[in-house]
Amino acid sequence: MIVELGHFALVMALGLAIAQGSLPFLGASRHDLALMRLGSTAAVGQFACITLALAALTNAYVTSDFSLLNVYENSHSTKPLLYKVSGVWGNHEGSLVLWVWILALFGGAVALFGRNLPLPFKARTLAVQGLIGTGFLLFMLFTSNPFERLVPAPLDGTGLNPILQDPGLAFHPPMLYLGYVGLSVTFSFAMAALIEGRVDASWARWVRPWTLVAWVALTLGIALGSWWAYYELGWGGWWFWDPVENASFMPWLAATALLHSAIVVEKRDTLKSWTILLAILAFSLSLLGTFLVRSGVLTSVHAFAVDPSRGVFILALLVIAIGGSLAMFALRAPAMQPGGHFAPVSREGGLLLNNLLLATATATVLLGTLYPLALEVVGGAKISVGPPFFNATFVPLMLPLLLAVPIGATLAWKRGNLMGAFRRLRLAVAAALATMALYLVLATPASLGAALGFGLAVWLIGGSIADLAARVGLLELAPGRIWQRLKGLPASAFAVTIAHAGLGVLIVGITASSALQEERLLAMRPGETTTIGRYEVRFAGVEEGQGPNYSALRATFETTRGGRPVATLHSEKRFFPVEGQPTTEAGIQTTLWRDLYFVLGDRTPDGAWAVRLYLNPFVVWIWGGVGIMAMGGLVSLLDRRLRVGAPTTAAARRGGRPGLRTPVGA
Amino acid sequence: MRFRKRQRLVLIGLALLLLGGATALTLTALGDKIAFFVSPSEIVAGDVAADRTFRVGGLVVDGSIERQVDGSVAFLLTDTAHEIRVHYQGILPDLFRDGQGIVAQGTLETTGTLPLFRASEILAKHDENYMPREVADALKEAGYWQHDEAPAGGVAQ
Repeated sequence: MIVELGHFALVMALGLAIAQGSLPFLGASRHDLALMRLGSTAAVGQFACITLALAALTNAYVTSDFSLLNVYENSHSTKPLLYKVSGVWGNHEGSLVLWVWILALFGGAVALFGRNLPLPFKARTLAVQGLIGTGFLLFMLFTSNPFERLVPAPLDGTGLNPILQDPGLAFHPPMLYLGYVGLSVTFSFAMAALIEGRVDASWARWVRPWTLVAWVALTLGIALGSWWAYYELGWGGWWFWDPVENASFMPWLAATALLHSAIVVEKRDTLKSWTILLAILAFSLSLLGTFLVRSGVLTSVHAFAVDPSRGVFILALLVIAIGGSLAMFALRAPAMQPGGHFAPVSREGGLLLNNLLLATATATVLLGTLYPLALEVVGGAKISVGPPFFNATFVPLMLPLLLAVPIGATLAWKRGNLMGAFRRLRLAVAAALATMALYLVLATPASLGAALGFGLAVWLIGGSIADLAARVGLLELAPGRIWQRLKGLPASAFAVTIAHAGLGVLIVGITASSALQEERLLAMRPGETTTIGRYEVRFAGVEEGQGPNYSALRATFETTRGGRPVATLHSEKRFFPVEGQPTTEAGIQTTLWRDLYFVLGDRTPDGAWAVRLYLNPFVVWIWGGVGIMAMGGLVSLLDRRLRVGAPTTAAARRGGRPGLRTPVGA
Repeated sequence: MRFRKRQRLVLIGLALLLLGGATALTLTALGDKIAFFVSPSEIVAGDVAADRTFRVGGLVVDGSIERQVDGSVAFLLTDTAHEIRVHYQGILPDLFRDGQGIVAQGTLETTGTLPLFRASEILAKHDENYMPREVADALKEAGYWQHDEAPAGGVAQ
């Protein structure tokens, strides 16, 4: 009964989405208030319906209702409760319910919190949101119904892939989807602006909090996924340039560019059509990611089960959404008048350079991800594009970007002064150069790339702090005056410092863990001792153990340093009888300065065990740095200017509020 | 107006420089940073340059897995038409076993009728119903894979 209710709620949601996707458009062009307001009602109703559907599906998982095909295929009665709940989105159908739920969540949020939006603009935004919802609900109901029944109901399910039976599944997909799908709001705002033919500072302010929320969620979602892969897969790495990782990384790059270019629209009324294009591209790349993961064209850790009809359906959705929005852009964007001009050396110039580099980097990642597919389609050789390609293309593009970040943030709007910027940043320059020199002297063997990485990291952290210090007059003014200035600074100033310093912390982690990683692969007998870095590792032996729904071989490693105990680590090989699958659990000890990461392999013929030991320096700085970046995004959300509307100019007031003008041709 | 023109010129120049640089980087990388995917038959036929890293896919021959004392492993890989020897030093994927479809990345050490492939990486499925797409294609080419439907999905590597 509950299951049928869930199914019915999905159909209802589709009806509401269709209404939301059409009537407000009509209302906005006819100035019909009732029709325009309908958009908000439909959005909230759609959210309620999909919440009901998600609850019904979750209920079926928790109560192990195997008369549901989806539950039978992806769950088992002995599975721990946490994985019964998170298992809801551990498969294609269930994760799609989560996807549309978050889409509806954002639609509902725009309806409820978008009070300062002009009604016609809000109506059009919600209508675009409704169209996206319609597409995905149709996709779900026609090709991927999560509520399909199975008659007769089997006694027990086939279980969930053991690699997904991890707390990571509870947090990574929802957070990632919050980011992916959150970009739909930015997209809808962009489309509404194109329909009305108007992009201005107010638009940039309206769209900023939504972009920020999506960006923060996407940032955290990617970091969580990377951390999960690090500790679960047992490969010692945290990023593999896997096509599906790239699929989430490309929208992130585009959204990062968008966050920066929208500032220029807001402050200087220029780069307007470029910003709109970025909003379209960011969400299009999200959709592309959804297509890549669900269509079966990829061989990847993330690929869902394949059904050709799904691939075709979602490809059609992709073509309509991306093609339609780009066509709209081509029609309307040329009408947008650029605003204030600026010198190449200026804050705008810096932000533009950021955008050019991020866009180019996105393009290389896109090329590397799609090239093997394209080559195969035209019947060429089968190839795999892996880390070597991305290290050779993406990394060189990031170097000038990182170098430019502190300078760009220090420059004045309109016309900046490079010498002035360097004077402000002189301490950061000195610190960065000193770091590089120190590394080159101390490290044996030293790599030039690592020296550059550490130098850039210190440059980013030092530069962000130096800029903030210069703004409040540190070293120049009396403490009372400094405090006054500090209080006077907008939240966004702190946000910039935090986010850019976080980027520096991330670079420390990336550089150290790739350049200074130590790895040992050997066969060890119980009782034997080896060394890695300055640590002595004693392999105590392997014993058998039992988990809630698996059996395990458990190896014990006693680690000491100079005779003093450091850690006792357990590495496991687990076997899940229901799914018939083994998994590897690395034994990891994390500290601020390094991770010990030990993996147990197979038994050799003479009673030893293959083991792989990693010493990963500073690896936790990677996720720490990303966390700090996300915190910067959150602080930026607190900025007062996002709550008060942009000041309207006299000319704009004479012409009425932006959205209330007669729309151009719509 | 003159100011705007110069501004535009600088911007266009910068964008072109960037695009040119990125294109050059990408083309170079596509030339030597990608791995081709081949089948055991193609290796035996000598269609593969010996000094390049590439990927090979096939089935692990039943009973051929030999674990060495140093923790490395040797086995035979087949596409049912031809076999190659594979040597790998490292931790094997969880589901590596007899008859398993796997993908190995590495370089060719010797050629001939039973070539030796030194793998630096072995990828296997994490799901017993899953066949890496490349392996399925290689088997199809060798005339072994009979099923017409697309190979079942799931979690790879």
